[in-house]
Amino acid sequence: MTRETTAKARLSIDGWVTAGALTIGVFYAMLTAARTEDPLMSVHAYIFAGAFILGIFGIIKAYYDSSERREKEPTDAPVEYNLDVIKAGVIASVFWGIAGFLAGDTLAFQLAYPDLNFDVSFFNFGRLRPLHTSAVIFAFGGNVLIATSFYVVQRTCKARMPGDFAPWFVFWGYQLFIVIAATGYLMGITQSKEYAEPEWYADIWLTIVWVVYLFVFLGTLWKRREPHIYVANWFYLAFIATVAMLHIINNLTVPVSWTSTKSYILFAGVQDALVQWWYGHNAVGFFLTAGFLGIMYYFVPKRAGRPVYSYRLSIVHFWSLIFMYIWAGPHHLHYTALPDWAQTLGMTFSIMLWMPSWGGMINGLMTLSGAWDKLRTDPVLRMLVVSIAFYGMSTFEGPVMAIKAVNSLSHYTDWTIGHVHSGALGWVAFVSFGALYCMVPWLWNRTQLYSLKLVSYHFWIATFGILLYITSMWVSGILQGLMWRAYDDLGFLEYSFVETVEAMNPFYWIRAIGGAFFLVGSFIMAYNLWRTARGDVRVEDRLLAPENVPSPVAAE
Amino acid sequence: MIKHEIFEKNSIVLLIGILIVVSIGGLIEIAPLFYLESTIEKVKGMRPYSPLELAGRNIYIREGCTSCHSQMIRSLRDEVERYGPYSLAAESMYDHPFVWGSKRTGPDLARVGGKYSDEWHTEHLLNPRGIVPESIMPGYPFLLETPLRYKDMKDHLISNRMVGVPYTDEMIETAIEDVRAQVDPDADTDGLLTRYPKAQVRDFDGNPAVLSEMDALIAYLQMLGTLVDFSAYKADGPNLR
Amino acid sequence: MEYNDISEFSRTWGLVYLVAMFLAGIVYAFWPRNKAKFDHAAQIPLEDD
Repeated sequence: MTRETTAKARLSIDGWVTAGALTIGVFYAMLTAARTEDPLMSVHAYIFAGAFILGIFGIIKAYYDSSERREKEPTDAPVEYNLDVIKAGVIASVFWGIAGFLAGDTLAFQLAYPDLNFDVSFFNFGRLRPLHTSAVIFAFGGNVLIATSFYVVQRTCKARMPGDFAPWFVFWGYQLFIVIAATGYLMGITQSKEYAEPEWYADIWLTIVWVVYLFVFLGTLWKRREPHIYVANWFYLAFIATVAMLHIINNLTVPVSWTSTKSYILFAGVQDALVQWWYGHNAVGFFLTAGFLGIMYYFVPKRAGRPVYSYRLSIVHFWSLIFMYIWAGPHHLHYTALPDWAQTLGMTFSIMLWMPSWGGMINGLMTLSGAWDKLRTDPVLRMLVVSIAFYGMSTFEGPVMAIKAVNSLSHYTDWTIGHVHSGALGWVAFVSFGALYCMVPWLWNRTQLYSLKLVSYHFWIATFGILLYITSMWVSGILQGLMWRAYDDLGFLEYSFVETVEAMNPFYWIRAIGGAFFLVGSFIMAYNLWRTARGDVRVEDRLLAPENVPSPVAAE
Repeated sequence: MIKHEIFEKNSIVLLIGILIVVSIGGLIEIAPLFYLESTIEKVKGMRPYSPLELAGRNIYIREGCTSCHSQMIRSLRDEVERYGPYSLAAESMYDHPFVWGSKRTGPDLARVGGKYSDEWHTEHLLNPRGIVPESIMPGYPFLLETPLRYKDMKDHLISNRMVGVPYTDEMIETAIEDVRAQVDPDADTDGLLTRYPKAQVRDFDGNPAVLSEMDALIAYLQMLGTLVDFSAYKADGPNLR
Repeated sequence: MEYNDISEFSRTWGLVYLVAMFLAGIVYAFWPRNKAKFDHAAQIPLEDD
């Protein structure tokens, strides 16, 4: 192929398809905006239309830019990885992470000092709460998963992601979903199903984005120049495929009309409850666990410079984890109108789940055997290892809380909130932070982080915050559970409900302060990563030598 | 072993393997709920929500009340003594979606209907700490000022019928009048009460001039848990829930 | 469908099914011929690229 032919501007097939689909989307969104009598729907229709128009401009710009760069590689050229979209994913992760932590801590302060609700519709606890959960799980966690999965699948397959625009469509389409969901919550658009709050049209949009994500991921596997599919990719694939299944089934719904934001869920009552918690618990299992285990199985060996402790164990870990997780949902519905056998089944599998979880934890931790000294010299590795320890802790606590007798006390209390956050802050966020600290120097071609000392500060401040958070929630949860069931000498309930609310106040303050520590830590990380990307290096004593930056092209 | 090689090397087989493994648990747990007696039994007194109650329920959902209030009384002694008879599956049979909740930052509301007066609810929603000083609930003064949007109430009932709520043609036809009739003490409510027995008819928020979102929300709160008469209800057979 | 039917089925065939799944997974992971393959796969993240 000669230079002249490649210098011509051209658009790849996925560019044409994307541009065509976006054009149709613009017309459909404008039509909806014109026809709707629901003012909230018109806001969202305009956001969709605006985003689609920006997308079309982006494709046109890429078309003209393409004349200035090499369009197609000769077949014998080295594989150049698509890293730009991963950089965007890293930036989005940090941004949404801070936004989500900020929303969460605002809620924590609202519970401690309720005047902070200001009694304004969009700032009340009920509307901010889904904003927080979606921002941390889907916006922060989701962007981390998209970015790391794109990184890991390309590197371990030694192949570039397919398509010029498909990966960008996944990235920007996902951001659009987040914006629609978040603005919707503030305006009061919600299905009220936990972690599945976005309404029907946002769900449909996410489904489209997710299917493209699945094909970009699978397409990279198909192009791979490595016979084996590395185990981290198994976890990512299970995450992508299962989340698609859960999302579609849990969001089956009938809109009031095509121009209304409101819809009614297909299932009712007890059936809806079980479908929801089948979804809800597996959002934990496949989004917050399987996906992030994919991160663990790549970044921990990479950072420690040693292969995973036991590859066999990782395979047993994989199959047993995905098999058992899917049964555990009913433990959210103990002693409710759900039939007894389903509760027992959910409890049994939840307890069994302890074993694969700890198998995975042992596999991650033991990867460091023979390299434990690195924990002293490398604060990033320390963060990754502590995340695995928190994984072990919360996957032990979870099965305990799934036992019916324990659950009768813990359910409906803050213990659940504490448990979720030991997993979310300790495991999910820390393993994500570790991965971000690893990836930023690799992606921006820097041999070291701006400051390891700041990583250390982040680590200790955030860990302290988590400890305040989970210990206060243990105390408040167990205390409230005990107060609810306390009887006086005459056989009457000892406490009115509001007395139990009053008793929670000191713990809500401690939790809110713990959350603030965690938030401060994330600001430190954002600063450190920003300076690293700029190429700055802080003068400080380092125990860690500069590393080699992985090449942006695949080795032969 | 050939089987292993297939998973290792073929992404589609791996994908199908994953989907099979993750489908089984859900199928086995969820499917029987559509057939089992205890989950589909009908209990005397249960009826679809009146249009006003449905509108109120949608406000309950919109404001995220489920974040802090459950509507599911578990079969535990203290809960039954605190909140009333444990919740039956049938009591949420018309709830699309269910609003059982998962956290009690505030008390359970499954049977809050009739426990407090309308005035109490109005004042409490306007300024919770004016009534209960230790409360940490946000205030909802804007509900009183916002007129209820119910122009598309028919479509709401039609959607509900599509997902299985037995709204009749008549109920759909009269949906909009029924909203107005339920807040008007002077209206002719015979038709409304035939369609929706036990529906409570009055101006709920103390301001008859405006049919506000507050009217709808309180109408919903005041009917919660009031449909089934538990002095007459007998669970037949062993209680296997 | 009765409660007891489901309970009976899950206590018998459910158990058989679970044990079979578990054994299949273990056999698959520990089959001697797979060892070399796993050893290679485990090195993938560390390969210089």
